[in-house]
Amino acid sequence: MNTLVLINLGYIAAAVLFIVGLKMLSSPATARRGNILSSLGMLVAVVVTLLGEGIVEYQWVVVGLVTGGGIGVLAARLVAMTAMPELVALFNGFGGLASLLVGCAALFSSGGETFTIVTIALAILIGGLTFTGSIVAWGKLNEIITGRPILFSGQRAVNALLFLVIGAATVMFCLDPSNTTYLYVVIGLSFLLGVMVVIPIGGADMPVVISLLNSYSGLAACAAGFAINNIILIVAGSLVGASGIILTKIMCKAMNRSLVNVLFSGFGAATTSATTFEGEVKPMTPEDAYYVLEAASNVVIVPGYGMAVAQAQHVVKELQELLEGNGAEVVYAVHPVAGRMPGHMNVLLAEADVPYDLLLEMDTVNPRMETFDVAIVLGANDVVNPAAREVKDSPIYGMPIINVDFARTVFVLKRSMASGFAGIDNPLFFRENTRMIFGDGKETISRIIREFSN
Amino acid sequence: MDAVFLTFILMLAVLLGFELISKVPATLHTPLMSGSNAISGITLVGAVTSAGSGGAEMATLLGTFAVVFATINVIGGYLVTNRMLGMFKKKESAGK
Repeated sequence: MNTLVLINLGYIAAAVLFIVGLKMLSSPATARRGNILSSLGMLVAVVVTLLGEGIVEYQWVVVGLVTGGGIGVLAARLVAMTAMPELVALFNGFGGLASLLVGCAALFSSGGETFTIVTIALAILIGGLTFTGSIVAWGKLNEIITGRPILFSGQRAVNALLFLVIGAATVMFCLDPSNTTYLYVVIGLSFLLGVMVVIPIGGADMPVVISLLNSYSGLAACAAGFAINNIILIVAGSLVGASGIILTKIMCKAMNRSLVNVLFSGFGAATTSATTFEGEVKPMTPEDAYYVLEAASNVVIVPGYGMAVAQAQHVVKELQELLEGNGAEVVYAVHPVAGRMPGHMNVLLAEADVPYDLLLEMDTVNPRMETFDVAIVLGANDVVNPAAREVKDSPIYGMPIINVDFARTVFVLKRSMASGFAGIDNPLFFRENTRMIFGDGKETISRIIREFSN
Repeated sequence: MDAVFLTFILMLAVLLGFELISKVPATLHTPLMSGSNAISGITLVGAVTSAGSGGAEMATLLGTFAVVFATINVIGGYLVTNRMLGMFKKKESAGK
């Protein structure tokens, strides 16, 4: 009995550490300590569990911990900052898979009460869908799978049917948990569901998907907690589930779309806007851009996924320092959904040593956009597309954007005239105050930097 | 433990989660995600219980695999979050 009390006290301590850790993650000054507290919470939870009398053999636990720990350390050390979205997706998937396995294992030790069986089924379903969904997201981010939405005719019907079959299989499984056929069917269907849910979602919507999958991995842990009657799993799992849902909501709001719309519309697949924009494109060389920048006293840089692709964050920082040395004020404007996961640009710029207080949010920058002499759009497209403000039939109409077109001069650094990820034309390119600088983003900025040193 | 009691805990934790996260600035969205992702590896506790309880062979096997995946999630998640957060600097402390 005493060990049980001890375990539960340990779980309470762990829960407090998780909560305080999450709280501290909400300010850049305390975030790192917060993360360490939360990892201590995890340590406490695992150690008290190992001390419990339920654990009689340690060899497999140790094998698992060492193997997983080794892989985890390597992955965390070796990954490039630009590959962070992929890694987060992958970790998420593993968490989901672990919850699925815990659910399955619980089947062998449970007494077979209906409530437990139902929660086991939930752990398997959510865990399985998190696993394959995350793997597909990982593939899309890696571009192993096309980043474009994968759509086929009758997709909705197929999905509706899938839901029905899953419902039926789950009920059968709960009625007769000893029949392993139902178990395998439920596992297989949950895997299929994860794939079906993520394939129709385009690359530009990845921030939503990643945060949603994050939420699911928490919910899967939570369901597993119900299945094995463990409070700490329920508490920690639901904290993560809730935080993922909040992030998802923030991302959807930043795109002015509902979650249902993101999940089911296959955004960017065949968006044929009725309006095509025509006009004169005014190209500019990096050398000429230098003369404009040299005279500028207020510069805003708007990074997008293109910056990550071109790995341009370090040269951007260099340019920022040169401009500052020249007496200009330089800030960054980061759209909430720029990049492939929430906060993607912030991490990349932090890697390049850009202080986080220079990274402004959209709502801070927009009111003072007129005061900027130059706005440099680097690898962003849809998040600066004025069509979202002006063209009613544009697919992105209503999405809040960074109003770079209000700046005195706009430099758009772009590879070619191809449209952005969402496949939507951008009238920004034809504006009177816009200059297009074609070429690789990193190369272009390096050339401007060279002009500065001449 | 009784289902109602567990559900009660669930509701409180969910509401607390909403409160905790709603004020996180955009700058920290990625670390928040990978940090909370590491917390979702709490399923490791369940995995350890299955792998070490000396029950059915199948439960031990499944549990061991679960321990591997959950540990990757936990260790990798915390380390990578720590690595990212180590890069965030304020203006004064940044410098060259």
